[in-house]
Amino acid sequence: MLKDITLGQYFPGNSPIHRLDPRTKLIVLVVYVVALFLAESIVSYLLMLAFLLTVIHISTIPYKSIVRGLKPLVMIVAFTGIMNIFFYNSGKVLVKFWVITVTWGGVAKAIQMMSRILLLISGTFLLTYTTSPIALTDGLESLMKPLKKVRVPVHELAMMMSIALRFIPTLIEETGKIMSAQKARGADFESGSLMDKAKALIPILVPLFISAFRRADELATAMECRCYQGGEGRTKMKLLHYRRSDFTAFGVGAALMAAICILGQFGL
Amino acid sequence: MSDIISVEHLAYSYPGVEDTPGVAVFQDMNLRIEQGSFVAILGTNGCGKSTLAKHFNSILLPTGGKVYVCGIDTANLDRIMTVRRNVGMVFQNPDNQIVANVVEEDVAFGPENLGVASPEIRNRVDRALKQVDMYEYRKHAPHLLSGGQKQRIAIAGVIAMEPKCIVLDEPTAMLDPRGRREVIETVSRLNREKGITVVLITHHMDEAAKAQRVVVMNRGVVAADGTPQEVFSQVELLHSIGLAAPDTVELCWALNREGFDLPLTELDPEACARAIYETFTKEGRI
Repeated sequence: MLKDITLGQYFPGNSPIHRLDPRTKLIVLVVYVVALFLAESIVSYLLMLAFLLTVIHISTIPYKSIVRGLKPLVMIVAFTGIMNIFFYNSGKVLVKFWVITVTWGGVAKAIQMMSRILLLISGTFLLTYTTSPIALTDGLESLMKPLKKVRVPVHELAMMMSIALRFIPTLIEETGKIMSAQKARGADFESGSLMDKAKALIPILVPLFISAFRRADELATAMECRCYQGGEGRTKMKLLHYRRSDFTAFGVGAALMAAICILGQFGL
Repeated sequence: MSDIISVEHLAYSYPGVEDTPGVAVFQDMNLRIEQGSFVAILGTNGCGKSTLAKHFNSILLPTGGKVYVCGIDTANLDRIMTVRRNVGMVFQNPDNQIVANVVEEDVAFGPENLGVASPEIRNRVDRALKQVDMYEYRKHAPHLLSGGQKQRIAIAGVIAMEPKCIVLDEPTAMLDPRGRREVIETVSRLNREKGITVVLITHHMDEAAKAQRVVVMNRGVVAADGTPQEVFSQVELLHSIGLAAPDTVELCWALNREGFDLPLTELDPEACARAIYETFTKEGRI
């Protein structure tokens, strides 16, 4: 059960998409999401889909993994679809039943919304699949740097994020150990009502929290010993550089945006 | 040779919480550690070994007396970074001192904090990883490594800051015998080849036997100080503190109580066996 927890699963690789600067990928993703919300017609959606499929193809990420990633979201997508079919009414009436009216416009809207969500999620997956968490944190830190002027603790946030990522596997392993220890002493996590199961979690969470605080204390001492004193005067081993491929990616993103806007002008 | 660390009349007590009184660990502790030496500090739990180590790089500040590192007073907060870059620390739990989720990024953490230029950090990281024999693991995730490997990464993270001295606080307590051997071999090599001063705090007598000098602590004072042979031959003293001498010395000591006359200075099992054999033949027992 605990093995399944993945956060921003990364597929190591060496495709042109993997090699892009993380900042480029973040910016292009934002452009992609905005374009997705501006897109209205079938033609625009097909264009977005074509763009997504091309990027997936270049990234060499197997389509299967993307589909697998989408599986847990089936419920949300289905719910969105149903809500739109039943509560959006326009155009020719297809079915009229009690208080429910299904219209042609509603079905179209439902399909549009569902494809929007699917395209949105696949796009963000593509970012986390092709970018290592550490590169992603570096990219975010670098992009948010201007916010330092308005006193947003950008470096601290990035540091917290990377430490959190670092400790996820350690804490998962620890949870497993605590669960085994409690089971060995007769704890029961499987049977009983939902309330009983929730109560059974307390003897896991309490030791886990205590040990997490102890770890945090030791880590803080270790960081101090290694001369950590915040982001001031700190350098980086790996500097981020925009390369020619990054400018190409920006160009493609801009072209996509322009195409969606122009199509919108023609009502497509 | 000059002293890299000198502890002069150190007094320290942990502050009490609310109404409870504080716990005094040191009243008058004196110790000098020479540049380039390999010193092992022994003692039972709660004798103040770790507290002493934390005074070596300004994590704790003395409540009385002075601690000097390279001639700098550790209580001088303006020079705290100079103290910390000269005295690196490695702790017991390898998991709680690794900051990044890629090995090389973690080793780079110290130099990054010092504001070293990027290409130079790259050089230092590669050099440090080669010195601890972990270069081929540089792209790995730390949580997938063994305890001994993690501890060597922690050592690499310290030597990438190019310190004059490394203090290791029970670095092998959580490791299996193989991991222990890897760590001890790495630090003794660094001491031999790079001239880095090593202060090894440990429970294991066989590890202490590898040092040039052994300091035994008891209740906040130095109980014995000298070469491993000098210290370990004082078996009664060690026993009275609650420590044991290395197995070879314990064996010779037990035999001596039965009327033999064996030296208490053999730390190597083979040399010890030879000494026992010679004594036995001389006395005509074999």
